[in-house]
Amino acid sequence: MATQVLTNPVNLTISPRLAKNIRRNIKERVIELILMLAALSAVATTFAIVGVLLYESLTFFKAVSLVDFFTDTQWTPLFEDAHFGIMPLVSGTLTTSAVALAVAIPIGTIGAIYLSEFATHKVRETVKPILELLVGVPTVVFGYFALFFVTPMLQKIFPELPSFNMLGPGIVMGIMIIPYISSVAEDAMRAVPMSMREGSYAMGATRFQTAIRVVTPAAISGIIAAYILGISRAVGETMVVAIAAGQQPNLTFNPMESAATITAYIVQVALGDLPHGSIGYQSIFAAGLVLMVMTLIFNILGHWVRKKYRQKY
Amino acid sequence: MVTATTPLKAEARNLNFIYNGGNRAVKNLSMPLYENKITALIGPSGCGKSTFLRCFNRMHDLYPGNKYEGQIVMHPDNTNILDPAVDPIEVRMRISMVFQKPNPFPKSIYENVAYGLRVRDIKNKRLIDEKVEEALKGAAIWNEVKDRLQDLAFNLSGGQQQRLCIARALATDPEIMLFDEPTSALDPIATANIEELMSELSNKLTILVVTHNMQQAARVSDYTAYMYLGELIEYGDTDSIFTHPTRKETEDYITGKFG
Ligand SMILES: Nc1ncnc2c1ncn2[C@@H]1O[C@H](COP(=O)(O)OP(=O)(O)OP(=O)(O)O)[C@@H](O)[C@H]1O
Ligand SMILES: [Mg+2]
Repeated sequence: MATQVLTNPVNLTISPRLAKNIRRNIKERVIELILMLAALSAVATTFAIVGVLLYESLTFFKAVSLVDFFTDTQWTPLFEDAHFGIMPLVSGTLTTSAVALAVAIPIGTIGAIYLSEFATHKVRETVKPILELLVGVPTVVFGYFALFFVTPMLQKIFPELPSFNMLGPGIVMGIMIIPYISSVAEDAMRAVPMSMREGSYAMGATRFQTAIRVVTPAAISGIIAAYILGISRAVGETMVVAIAAGQQPNLTFNPMESAATITAYIVQVALGDLPHGSIGYQSIFAAGLVLMVMTLIFNILGHWVRKKYRQKY
Repeated sequence: MVTATTPLKAEARNLNFIYNGGNRAVKNLSMPLYENKITALIGPSGCGKSTFLRCFNRMHDLYPGNKYEGQIVMHPDNTNILDPAVDPIEVRMRISMVFQKPNPFPKSIYENVAYGLRVRDIKNKRLIDEKVEEALKGAAIWNEVKDRLQDLAFNLSGGQQQRLCIARALATDPEIMLFDEPTSALDPIATANIEELMSELSNKLTILVVTHNMQQAARVSDYTAYMYLGELIEYGDTDSIFTHPTRKETEDYITGKFG
């Protein structure tokens, strides 16, 4: 068959136009291949990370039982009397994240509503770059801001607050996350068609009623996406809590106490010089795995909620 | 038919409308709206029908830089609704609107119709229930939705959504209802339903409807206005406009020679 085509006299005299087509075709194939490789590399990296996490955790869990891991109330892998209960790190992560979200979700949402529905063009074009600037500030800076500025201020209100606590860094983390939430939520609100707003105004609604009763519910799936992003950022944030929350694992949900988060533990240990293959070294991967599973759970939950509320216009 | 006794509901007096940027889309337009009558606005695309219609509920206020000149006076109280001192929200409470494309809110069928009452801070549940039912009946959609009032409005068909939007506009007892090509997105059966509905509604309120469909204008309206390039070319009762228009342009447009 192939030889037949090749020996076909018609194919021997390819017209210039056809040749151009073939060349274009090859070019497109090459581009496609490059794009696919780029996409694959991201997927491959993800799989590699998961693979390493699982592999190293497996050795960890050979030494530490899952029951101990989830029920022991102490996390002291580097002590003589080592305990491997992850819960103190989980509680620290959840508490700082909860404080951060308690700050970021209301302010981010209100900011998004303001920017999308109330601000004039000029205000919006001024405020948005400033918010984006906030995203560019290195998190170390936020960490010391929490430690040397926010916590001392909070201590004026709560004199018994220790210098290392979860409240201060939680609040600062919240401030850090506001731009993420407000910009994604604002995009979702601005995508609501104007005809829907007009319908509301035509019924005699005010701007505020239109924003709250029509635009927000219409954009709810995008707003929830913004929250998911915020949660992922909060759970995964490292520097701020490592610097300002203290690094003592502490099984508590009280933001007034000091504690360590999963991420803070990971940097703390990773910065030290633990021998490869030691149980302390492997504990990093077990902790990382828990962090990944937590993020995954929040994401799945978020997608489920989003799907439930997804609106079509 | 025009009779001396037909009361006026509203009238445009030397109305001009200038879009932000300077485009004068309505030019020196004067026209009456008779009470409990249907007035049809016809004219080629871009002649300013929607622009004129949207002056009646001050829709242009939503976008900065737009400018009205002249008056739209509402009777019997003689209010110039374009007066900057008049709150556009007050105007929209008296004059409601149905859009070209159905635009239900992301809410249940019930809440869509209740919307106008809720934004007026009406809280009495029994009253709202009553009004919602009355409006849905008035919009001839009650039988289709009475068992699914809590369903999302998006799940209705296009024609049903449009009738829902009419119900929504009806629920607050407006004096005038504006329709901007309300059937252009609908099939012939849904269109016939809406036309019938408009005729019924005109027993209780005044209607101004923009349409591209000559038959529709001839079928439903009592008066017809022909616009061209922002100007009112001819206005009269529908029968005479369609049988013996006085202006050549009107005749050309109606008979399809132009537009
Ligand atoms: N937002 C706007 N800014 C500036 N000019 C506009 C705007 N909207 C409409 N116009 C112009 O005003 C004129 C009238 O438009 P309008 O939408 O009122 O026409 P129409 O008669 O309703 O047309 P159609 O039958 O296509 O709906 C047109 O020339 C249009 O280009
Ligand atoms: Mg129009």
